[in-house]
Amino acid sequence: MSFVQNFPFFSIIIAMFSGIISSVLPGKKARALSVAAITVTTLMSAAVLGFCMGTGESYTYMMGHFPAPWGNEIRAGVLEGLTALLFGIVMFLSVLGGMRDVAEDIEPSKQNLFYIMIDLMLSSLLALIYTNDLFTAYVFVEINTIAGCGLIMVRQTGRSLTAAIRYMVMSSLGSGLFLIGLSLLYDVTGQLLMSPARTAVEKIVAEGSYRIPVLVIVAVVSVGLAIKSGLFPFHSWIPDTYGYATPTASAVLSGLVSKGYIFLLIKFFYRVMAPLNVIHSHIVNVLFIFGVAGMMIGSLRAIMQTDTRKMIAYSSVAQIGYIYMGIGLGTQAGMIAAIFHIFAHAATKALLFISSVGLYKASGGKTDFLALRGAGYRNRLAGIGFLVGAMSMVGFPMLSGFISKLLFATSALQSPHKMLITLIALAVSTVLNAVYFLRLMIGLYRPARSGTYVEPKDAKARAEAGREAANPWALRISIVCFVALNLILGLFSQPIVREITEGLAMFE
Amino acid sequence: MSADMLLNLEEEVSMVLFGVGFTMLLLHRNLIKKIMGMNIMDTAIYLFLAAKGYIEGRMVPILTDGIQDASAYINPVPSGLVLTGIVVSVSTTALMLALTIRLYERYGSLDLDQILMLVKKEEEQP
Repeated sequence: MSFVQNFPFFSIIIAMFSGIISSVLPGKKARALSVAAITVTTLMSAAVLGFCMGTGESYTYMMGHFPAPWGNEIRAGVLEGLTALLFGIVMFLSVLGGMRDVAEDIEPSKQNLFYIMIDLMLSSLLALIYTNDLFTAYVFVEINTIAGCGLIMVRQTGRSLTAAIRYMVMSSLGSGLFLIGLSLLYDVTGQLLMSPARTAVEKIVAEGSYRIPVLVIVAVVSVGLAIKSGLFPFHSWIPDTYGYATPTASAVLSGLVSKGYIFLLIKFFYRVMAPLNVIHSHIVNVLFIFGVAGMMIGSLRAIMQTDTRKMIAYSSVAQIGYIYMGIGLGTQAGMIAAIFHIFAHAATKALLFISSVGLYKASGGKTDFLALRGAGYRNRLAGIGFLVGAMSMVGFPMLSGFISKLLFATSALQSPHKMLITLIALAVSTVLNAVYFLRLMIGLYRPARSGTYVEPKDAKARAEAGREAANPWALRISIVCFVALNLILGLFSQPIVREITEGLAMFE
Repeated sequence: MSADMLLNLEEEVSMVLFGVGFTMLLLHRNLIKKIMGMNIMDTAIYLFLAAKGYIEGRMVPILTDGIQDASAYINPVPSGLVLTGIVVSVSTTALMLALTIRLYERYGSLDLDQILMLVKKEEEQP
C-alpha cells in the first residue's frame, strides 16, 4: 500500500485535532494553526487526486482492521480527491479574505472559538467527502451542523442569534430524516457500509420485496439532505444565515457546507441506491421540480432585495436550485453538470461574499445598494472581484458559470421529457440573474449621489476612511486567487469535466 | 393486516413518535418545546433501532458461559448505533439550549415569532 493512501484519513484527523488544540490557544495562534491545517489538508487532497488519477481506480481504506461488513471504511477516488481539493482551496481563500472582519466582528477573547469551528467544519466536510460508511456520514453531518451553527452565532448580534437557531431547527429536521432513512436502510439490508448495502439493495430490488421501504428510504434521505442544503421550499433560513454572519462564515456556509450535503446525496444515490433505482423511484422528478422552482423564486426574491448581502444569499437559493435541477434530470450528463456547478458555485459565491467586504469597507460599512454607489472606484480590486463573480453567476463566457450553464443545457437535450422545462428555466433564470447583478454592477460604477455616501470633508477623516478602505494583503491575495480559480474553471473546464466523468464511473 | 399491526408495535409507536417530534420541531413557536420535539424525534429513532436489534429469546451480546455461537445473542450493532446517536443528540440539545438561554436573556421571550419581531424592532432603532 502506498503512503499516499493514508492521506484521506490523515487530513480528517489533522483538521479535527487542530480544532481541539485551538481551544487552548490565543486567537492569533489558533488562526495560524487553522491556516496551516487547511494548507496541509489541501496539499494532501491534491496528492490523493494525483494518486487516483495515476492508478485510474478508487480504493477503500479500512479503519481499525475490521474487514468489510463490520469495520469502518474511507473511500477515495478521483471525484473525492477533486472535491476535497477544491473545497480546501475555497476554504483557504475564504479564511484568508475574511481575516480582518473576523478580528473586527468577534471579541478578542473568543477569536480562537471561530477557528475551532473552521477546523471542525473542514474535518467534517472532508469526512463527508471521503466516508464509505453511512453512520459515520450521519455523525459528521451533525458535527458539520454544530460547526455551522457556531460559525453563525459567533457574531453575537440579535440577527445572527436568531439566524443560528433557525438554522439549527431546520438542520435538526434534516438530520432526523437522514437518520431515520439510515435506520430503515439498516433494517431492510443489514448493512451500513455503502458497497455491501448496494449489493443488498440490488438483491432486494431484483426480488421485488420491500418495495415501499426502499421508496421511503430514498425519499426520506433525499428530503433530509435537501432540507440541510437549503433546496426550495426549505430555504427560509438561508438569507438570514448568510446575510448576517461574518464574511468568512457566509462564504464557507454558502460555498461549501450546502455542497457537502449534496455531495453526500450524490454518493448515496450512486454508491448505495444505484442510479437506476433512484430514477425508478421518481424522486429525481420531485427534486427536479423543486430545483426549477428554487431557481425562479430565489432569483425573484433576490431582485426584491436592497441589501447586497441578502441579495447574494437569495442568489444562493437559486444556484442550489440549479444543482438539484441537474441531479433531477436523472442522466449521467445531468449529474456531471450538477457536480461541475457545485465547484463553479463554490468558487463564485465565496468570491462574491469576500470581495463585497472590500466594497462595504469603502462605503462606510453600509451594505445597501444606494450606499455602494461608486464603490467600484473607491476600492478597485474588490470592484473587479465582484464584477468577475457577478459575471460568472450570470454566465459570461470564459468564466465558470458559463460552463455550468452550457453543461446543463447540453445535458437537458438528452432527457426529452424535461428538455423544454430545463431550457426555459435556464433562460429565464439567466435573465433574472442578469437583472439583479447588472443593476448592482452598474451602481458600483456610477458616481455617488448626494445623500448616499459622502466623502469626509476634513483631511484627517478622509485619511481615516482611506485606511479603512485599503485592502489588507490577505484580502488582495484572496480576491486575485478567487478570480484566477474562476478563470481556471471556465477556461480549462474540459479536463475537469473529464475527471468528474471518470470519478462518477468509479462510484459504480 | 391487524395481526401484523400487533406484531410490529414498537415500530409503529416509534414512527408515530417520530411524526409527533418532527411536527413539534417544525411548527411549535416555543423554543423549549421545539427542543423537546427534537428529543422526541431522536428517541423515536432509537426505539426503532433498539426494536430492530432485539431478537426474541436471545441473550445480551456479552459472552456468557463460553457460548461462542453468534445465534445465541442479539445483534449488537443497533445498540451501538443508539449509543452513538444519543451522544450526538445530547450535544445538539446542549447547543440549542445554550442558544435559547442567550435569546431569552436578550429578549425575555421563548416565542420564536416574538423574538424575531423584537429583533426587527431593535434593528430599526438607530
